[in-house]
Parts: sequence; C-alpha cells; structure tokens
Amino acid sequence: MTNSSIPTSTTGTPLVKRGLAEMMKGGVIMDVVNVEQAKIAEDAGAVAVMALERVPADIRAEGGVSRMSDPDMIDQIIAAVSIPVMAKARIGHFVEAQILESLGVDYIDESEVLSPADYVHHINKWNFKVPFVCGATNLGEALRRITEGAAMIRSKGEAGTGDVSEAMKHIRTISGQIRDLSAKTEDELFVAAKELQAPFELVREIATTGKLPVTLFVAGGVATPADAALMMQLGADGVFVGSGIFKSGDPVARAKAIVKATTFYNDPAVLAEVSRGLGEAMVGINVADLPAPHRLAERGW
Amino acid sequence: MPAPIGVLALQGDFREHRQTLAAIDVASVEVRTLADLAKCSGLIIPGGESTVMQKLAVAYDLFQPIKDALKSGLPAFGTCAGLIMLADEIVDGIPGQTGFGGLDVSVRRNAFGNQLDSFEVDLDFHGVSGPAVHAAFIRAPIVERVGENVEVLSSLADGRIVGVRQGNLMGISFHPEVTGETRIHELFVSMVRA
Repeated sequence: MTNSSIPTSTTGTPLVKRGLAEMMKGGVIMDVVNVEQAKIAEDAGAVAVMALERVPADIRAEGGVSRMSDPDMIDQIIAAVSIPVMAKARIGHFVEAQILESLGVDYIDESEVLSPADYVHHINKWNFKVPFVCGATNLGEALRRITEGAAMIRSKGEAGTGDVSEAMKHIRTISGQIRDLSAKTEDELFVAAKELQAPFELVREIATTGKLPVTLFVAGGVATPADAALMMQLGADGVFVGSGIFKSGDPVARAKAIVKATTFYNDPAVLAEVSRGLGEAMVGINVADLPAPHRLAERGW
Repeated sequence: MPAPIGVLALQGDFREHRQTLAAIDVASVEVRTLADLAKCSGLIIPGGESTVMQKLAVAYDLFQPIKDALKSGLPAFGTCAGLIMLADEIVDGIPGQTGFGGLDVSVRRNAFGNQLDSFEVDLDFHGVSGPAVHAAFIRAPIVERVGENVEVLSSLADGRIVGVRQGNLMGISFHPEVTGETRIHELFVSMVRA
C-alpha cells in the first residue's frame, strides 16, 4: 500500500529521512548475509539490518573488487524481516544506489567497505527519496557528506578487524572537533569552515547547537558488549556491528548481549552480566598490522 | 511541584520527547528501571522499533510492571512504536510480539510500506486548537480497528485513523517530537494533571 491517496503529503523530505535514523537511536544495526542471520538479528533486538553478501572480515580475507549485493539476496531479506533493511552501494556509484532505491531498501549506506567507484565524488544524495548513511573519520568529512544529502553519519572505524581503536579515534575526533567549534567566536568560524572544507552555514549551526544535525552512529571494529557500551559512553547515538556478531562463536548470544549493552551502557553490573559466557569473539586483526592499502577508513574524501 | 513525566528510554527517540516536554516547562525523567517508573505521574512511549522495546522491557523486568501500571490508571502516551506498544492487537508483528496493551484497537505495523513511503502531512487533531498539526509519518503504523470506548482524535484525509484515546491512554501514528509540535504533549500533560 502506498500513501498516494493522501493529498498534500510529501515523501522523501529531509525530515523523514533523518527521522528514521532518530528512531534507531540507542539501537544496534547488524550486518547480515542471509535470511537466517537476518531473523537472528531481528529476534535479538536489532533496530535494523544491513544486507550484504560478505561481511567486512570476509571482504578483507578474500580481496578483489567488492560491489553492491545481488538484488535477489536483498529482496529475500526485505521479505524476511519487519525492521528496516539497509544495503550498501559503492562510494560514488549512483546507479547502484538507484537500483537499491528501486528495491525498496529503507536506507542506503554509501560505504567505504565496498570498493570505491569514484575517487573524487560521492553520490549526490539529494537526488534520492531513500535516505543515506555515510562514513566519516572527522567532522569535515561528516559535514561534506551531510552537504551532499546524507541523513545519518556513522564514524568509520576500521571494518572487519574487531579492533575498536579506530572507531574510538574517529568518534573522539568528531566530538572533539564539535567541542572546538562551540568554543569559537563567530569571527573564527569562517576560517574553521575553510579548514573543515565544509559550508559556513553548517559550521555555524554546529557551533551553536553543539551537535550534528543528523544522528551519529559508530561503526568499524565493535566486537563485544563492552565495545558497544564504550562507544555509547563516548556519545554515539547507536552502533553498527558488522563482522563482530556472525564471525563470533555464538552469534545469538552475542547479538542479544550487544543489544542490551547498548541500552544499559552506563551500568557496569549489567555489562558484566551480559559479557559472561559469550564464547569466542571474532578473531581480530590489529589495525596497526594492516598495510596502508588495506585500511578501508582511508577511502572517502 | 508535580511529579515528572517519565519517558521510556530503552531505545528510540526518547531525547526528543524530553526536549519537547522541556519546551513546555514540564519536568521529565528517563525510565529504564522500576525505580524510575515509580517516580512518574505519566509515561511516554517514544518512537523506535516496537520489537526492540518489547524485548528490552522484558529483559529488564519492566514489561509486566508497566502493563500493570497502565491498567491501574497511569496515564500514557505513545508515538509510532509507542502506539504499537499500547495496542491490544498488533497486525504484522513478528512472531510472539505483544505490547503493554490497554487501547482496544488493532494497529498494523509499517502500514504505509517502506521508508520511501514515509511522509509529512498536515492534520486536524481533536483537542488541539489553532493551525493544523504538521505530522511526520516514518514507517508508521495505522489504527485499523477501534473498540467502542475508543475516541478517534485524528485521521488522514482518506479516513485512516492515526490518533486515538481511551481513558488514561493516548496513541498516535506520527512524531510531534521531531517536528517541534508541542500541543499534543500539552494535551497529554493535561490528561496527567486532570
């Protein structure tokens, strides 16, 4: 059923695009590669699932060019769950985004986890009715994505590693830069905008409100309940967990535990409880051991 | 000073509800535990994912206490997922999904389709005077059946019901907390203080 019968209503507005991400706050978005995993995620209390063919850990292991998933696979996941379904398009690949929009996904992730299609431009996201989430490692990058129409930002971290240190660096960088802006006089904001390579009006808005105009999630390296709570205590609105759940020893228990940890992030007793007996976490890779060409966070400009 | 209004803070846009209450000078508290629940004179159930709220409410032993509190008269107001949580019957839920209940209505989840069908529209709302309410429907539910004691507060132009009240409970399909609309929260505060 569509709402076409309702006069005077408008779809695809910034408000409804950003609004869906607001509803996901305090929640966990889980990478899933098939219907079975999607159902496990929904049952565990995920607020949305990210449908993709290979989780980042496998993309890393297998190498090669990584692209949008098969529409059949995305359709099956949309049919299997009632929570929002996200899917990834390559950076700058606006045709993959058009295809995902036509499939009826609820959110598109223009993602550095896939191989970039354009090393200069990102997708002009204002051309779409479907909302986009984009990665960022710092405030300038986040603001450029918002300027291009992103309705949600996730800090990038380093996907597929299980090493939370890059996620930590990116959320600290973004929140630190926002605090710095808040401390500046209006005169100083002109130069700040130049340095951030972002529009002055947006920079001024953030200096005034002290926060991004869109929801800020954290991604890339969250593997345990404690990691999720750490990100929430640092001011994240929610977390993406990619390889961390289905590459672990007991995905069902771990998925539930990370959901609870994200809600009760300030309660160490609850965190201790949910951290018990989860079996093996995903096998991690230290980001420092990754050769520079394999660092996904450096994709995007 | 009147007791604060609680906002269920398991998941969703609870901060926006608190900001809306603050804008009309009403004190609020986040509700995550029984002790929090005991402090409130009314309870707002925010937008979010109803499936997640149910699971977290059960996991933290809030589900039955909230259900009991609503039954014994605690005023509650649900938006979007919150409306689903207050409905006696949920259509298109996941297996095993139930809410706190209390409103004698059937509510269909994601009634308009996926995010591409999320929309903004102006609405009349019974009990709210002045200009039309500007409403954001985000993967919104709809009320498909109302019991005889349920008052319909708002409908779309095609007649589909998006706002209901029954006794101490009020539920709506949309999100006044994200559009800067304060009048429906004022209406709820007047129910709490009546």
